Amino acid sequence: MSTPPAEAVPETDKRGARQRREVIHRHTWPVRLTHWINALTIFIMIGSGLNILNAHPRLYWGQAGADLDKPFLALRAWPDWMTIPSYMDLADARHWHFFFAWILLVNGALYQAWSLASRHLQRNLWPTGTDLRAIPRSIIDHLKLRHPKGEAAKRYNVLQRLAYLGLVILVIGMVLTGLSMSPGLDAFAPWLVVVLGGRQSARTLHFLFASAIVLFIAIHLIEVVLAGPFNELRSMITGRYAVPPEHD
Amino acid sequence: MTIITRRQALIGGLTGSGLLLSGCSKIFHADALTDSESFQRVLAVAQGWTRATQRFLLAGGQMARQYKPSDISPYFKPNGTFRPGGTYYGRQAAANFVNWRLRIDGMVAHPLSLSIADLRRLPARSQITRHDCVEGWSAIGGWTGVPLSLLLTAAGIRAAAKYVVFYCADNLGGDPAKGGDQSLGQYYESIGLADAYHPQTLIAYDMNGKPLDVPHGAPLRLRVERQLGYKQAKYIQRIQLVSDFRGISGGNGGYWEDRGYDWYAGI
Repeated sequence: MSTPPAEAVPETDKRGARQRREVIHRHTWPVRLTHWINALTIFIMIGSGLNILNAHPRLYWGQAGADLDKPFLALRAWPDWMTIPSYMDLADARHWHFFFAWILLVNGALYQAWSLASRHLQRNLWPTGTDLRAIPRSIIDHLKLRHPKGEAAKRYNVLQRLAYLGLVILVIGMVLTGLSMSPGLDAFAPWLVVVLGGRQSARTLHFLFASAIVLFIAIHLIEVVLAGPFNELRSMITGRYAVPPEHD
Repeated sequence: MTIITRRQALIGGLTGSGLLLSGCSKIFHADALTDSESFQRVLAVAQGWTRATQRFLLAGGQMARQYKPSDISPYFKPNGTFRPGGTYYGRQAAANFVNWRLRIDGMVAHPLSLSIADLRRLPARSQITRHDCVEGWSAIGGWTGVPLSLLLTAAGIRAAAKYVVFYCADNLGGDPAKGGDQSLGQYYESIGLADAYHPQTLIAYDMNGKPLDVPHGAPLRLRVERQLGYKQAKYIQRIQLVSDFRGISGGNGGYWEDRGYDWYAGI
């Protein structure tokens, strides 16, 4: 670890250290607002999406595919505790899904625009060369459940950057594969379906991307708990984040 | 400060994500919300956004993609009614539909009544397109039929007409295992004039080079290629031009629309 920064708490007095723990303003309000809208929306999209998938829980590769065609992946029906609504109703699930798809799209577009304009993306998410070189080290730290402290805790580490950028790309992928299933949009942008390998491929990718998002959410929540759920949650609600002292 | 062990953290994180990803309906009271009419009205707002956006994007009359004969699905899954009940349809089918009439009426200057032979004498169009079911599956099929625009022009639609309604010969009672309202009713559908005059919108009589078979809608079915499968009404007997479909059947413009599905099925 590099030399302790000036604000670091003297290691001699632990009690004093607690009192003088540095509190920074970690997340700006656009990040906090779009984060929670996104969290709620993705949650509903997953639940309603699984209900829609239950209408035909088989996935294919290519343009076409139905019961007698060879599936890419034959799934079973998702249990009712996972779906929105809990009972099987394609019409209602679609109403949920497409309403929140608009929220996801608008919220995501606002986040992206703000993120680029404020240089949040360039500064906080895009990994630097040093970051990239630190990937193996960061992987080991994460596996040992060692979290950055002091100055290092004030910025996103490289795995965070890659995970958050990955999520942005996955959500864009969800929107594009979702739109590719629309016969109306397919007439408007036939190239998109071709790029994705066909309508049924787009549907399969839609499911695989969603699975990757579920994996992201699981790891994200585990990391929140590991890093201190109170402090982490507070920083995403009020913005205030107590920097873990260098020596604790 | 609380010291959180790895084990606690992992258990906490997994429980948290498990809780979040489970009991969706319970956490949000999603079932109660789904049952609430005011909440449904909120959700329905998005249908208007989707329709307006697609209407705007497709204002140039873009064509649905057409495929090669080699792309045709070896088996095209039929859905909904496989064979209309009742003696009338049975007699017609036994006679190879020689007595079938397609009536075109409502807000038109010249109501028409056409036989299948009459329709086959009119200029035809063939197209190989992908059929996308609302359930998620797709199949590619070849269709030949009369462009609906020709029939509408021949009938001379009145200025106040806004929708084309298709009445079918089948009483569909859906499959309860599929969930949702599957109650029995006469199948019908409706589309707006923008789709009705689209060059790919056909009253089809042939599928893959042969007369339509019964499971796929013999003797006549609609092809409206930029919308989902439930708009592709089968067993068409009557086409009616209307200014408003609220007075027809459940008032939502179609059999599935009366059972909760969107009238505009572009997504």
